[in-house]
Amino acid sequence: MNFTAMGFKSSQAVADTQNTQDTQDVDLLQCDSEYLKVCGLRAAYGDVGVLHGIDFSVAKGQIAVILGANGAGKTTTLRALTGMVSTEGSIRLAGEELVGEPTAEIVRRGVAHVPQGRGTFGDMSVEENLLVGAFVRNDKQVRSDIAYWYQTFPVLGERRNQPAGSLSGGEQQMLAIARALMLRPSLLLLDEPSLGLAPMVTRFLFEQLKASNAIAGTTMLVVEQNAGLALSVASWAYVLEAGEMVLAGPACELAVNDKVRRAYLGY
Amino acid sequence: MLFCRLATTLGTFDISLDKLSDGELWLAQFFRGLSDGATYASLALALVMIYKSTGFINFAQGSLALLGVYLVYVFSVEQGLPIAVAVVCAMVASALVAMFIERTFIRPFPPNNVLPLVIVTLGLLLIIDSAVGIVWQFRTRSLPSMFSDSAPIQWGIARLTWRTIGNLGAVFVVVGLLYVLMARTKIGLAFRAVSSNLESAQLMGIRVGSTLGFGWALAAAIGTLSGALVVPDLLLEPSVMLRVLIFSLAAAALGGLDSMVGAVLGGLVVGLTRNLLVTFLDLSELALATAVAVILVVLLARPTGFLGTVRRERV
Repeated sequence: MNFTAMGFKSSQAVADTQNTQDTQDVDLLQCDSEYLKVCGLRAAYGDVGVLHGIDFSVAKGQIAVILGANGAGKTTTLRALTGMVSTEGSIRLAGEELVGEPTAEIVRRGVAHVPQGRGTFGDMSVEENLLVGAFVRNDKQVRSDIAYWYQTFPVLGERRNQPAGSLSGGEQQMLAIARALMLRPSLLLLDEPSLGLAPMVTRFLFEQLKASNAIAGTTMLVVEQNAGLALSVASWAYVLEAGEMVLAGPACELAVNDKVRRAYLGY
Repeated sequence: MLFCRLATTLGTFDISLDKLSDGELWLAQFFRGLSDGATYASLALALVMIYKSTGFINFAQGSLALLGVYLVYVFSVEQGLPIAVAVVCAMVASALVAMFIERTFIRPFPPNNVLPLVIVTLGLLLIIDSAVGIVWQFRTRSLPSMFSDSAPIQWGIARLTWRTIGNLGAVFVVVGLLYVLMARTKIGLAFRAVSSNLESAQLMGIRVGSTLGFGWALAAAIGTLSGALVVPDLLLEPSVMLRVLIFSLAAAALGGLDSMVGAVLGGLVVGLTRNLLVTFLDLSELALATAVAVILVVLLARPTGFLGTVRRERV
């Protein structure tokens, strides 16, 4: 089953677009409103296929979430978006094709990716981590952005000269998110930001993400196992099962969907 | 049988009290050790640069330096340039060659799988060394030094020559420049990010390939400098840098493989130890073996050397 969805369309609208699914030519009008549009995405590690041709899209300024069990292909989906796994199909960002581009060039087009496990530079200081985050920027506001993140996450300011590897898991996740936003991305990909964190820290992080989305209008695609929290901040949600998109809809609708409730919300 | 021979060999060691109590001899060997140590240190710095950024030892580093030294020879002896200018030209030329080699032979391999890359560098070692042998033949030549052999300070046989001072000075200048480059510039920041976490560096928009190419170029230039410092004390022939490479490997291992300051310390320690062993134990035949022994002992007892990073991470 394939779904193309955008913004706050109803499920019925989603069903209506299904007919035009498998055509290769992309409707230009749709591309304008669908900031990220993924068609027939396949990805594999060697001979092992992980994604079997998935379609999804995220509208500009939206927070979308992909739910799914372990091994469903959530992380692979994000890795495919930033060119870190061999990929077939089409990924269009504001109408431009990303498949086949090297990771660094995709990032330079404004896609920031917070990988699972955070990927901070452990032997570099907190401040240097943030500076690397702004590596491709040439404007004069890098310093003021760093000051902004020290204000948002005071613990990072207190530890600005400590090696990032000495921070706790939650602090490293804050650093990884701040570092990604130092790029001033137009699209932020987040891979399991809640993994291994205390519920309070997780809630605080999601509040900050929602704030960034509201202030800077950053489009976000979040992969998350903590379905309840993710659905509460997202406006659109997808469910990925065994490398295929099986469900899509507004987050508030999926939150009350029986199947989603039983499988991912646990009640 | 073996023990008998070993005993006779040991018996011939000339450890006379005269020698050991000769202060001037100690001082003379101390100066020589510093001078040698400085040259080992500079090649060790080149090894550390590549190891830090890629996680493998570039066994072709000595061969790149060898090529560099022959270029110094061409520029100075054959073309008649002043030796200091010839060294700078050769450093630039070897940097370009290294960038080309990195681009052609290293970059096609995935950077996170170290073993094939190490084998490629071993292959490069053999190819470059034989190519140099074919082009310049296997006869010995002498290379002028940038620094004079006259001694401003002298106590009997102990001479602190300008060459010793120059070699040490060159290494400290290189370390200083590298420090500024790494700590203060954007390319240095990129280099450190790539060294720290390759995948994350890519996710920050850093072009990993060109950053590593830059590292290769810098390492080759430093290696060429090290050759230009050490070869005037020896003779120029196609295997000259292989011996230096082994002492430099010991120096780098002693310093912890990923520490620049450690490489310099390691170089000085190896240079001093080597000269003292050779002088006071008459171990000249075993000098190379002591270098290998240092590598072995470090790997067994303290794999992170003096100053190597102990990987520590919280989750």
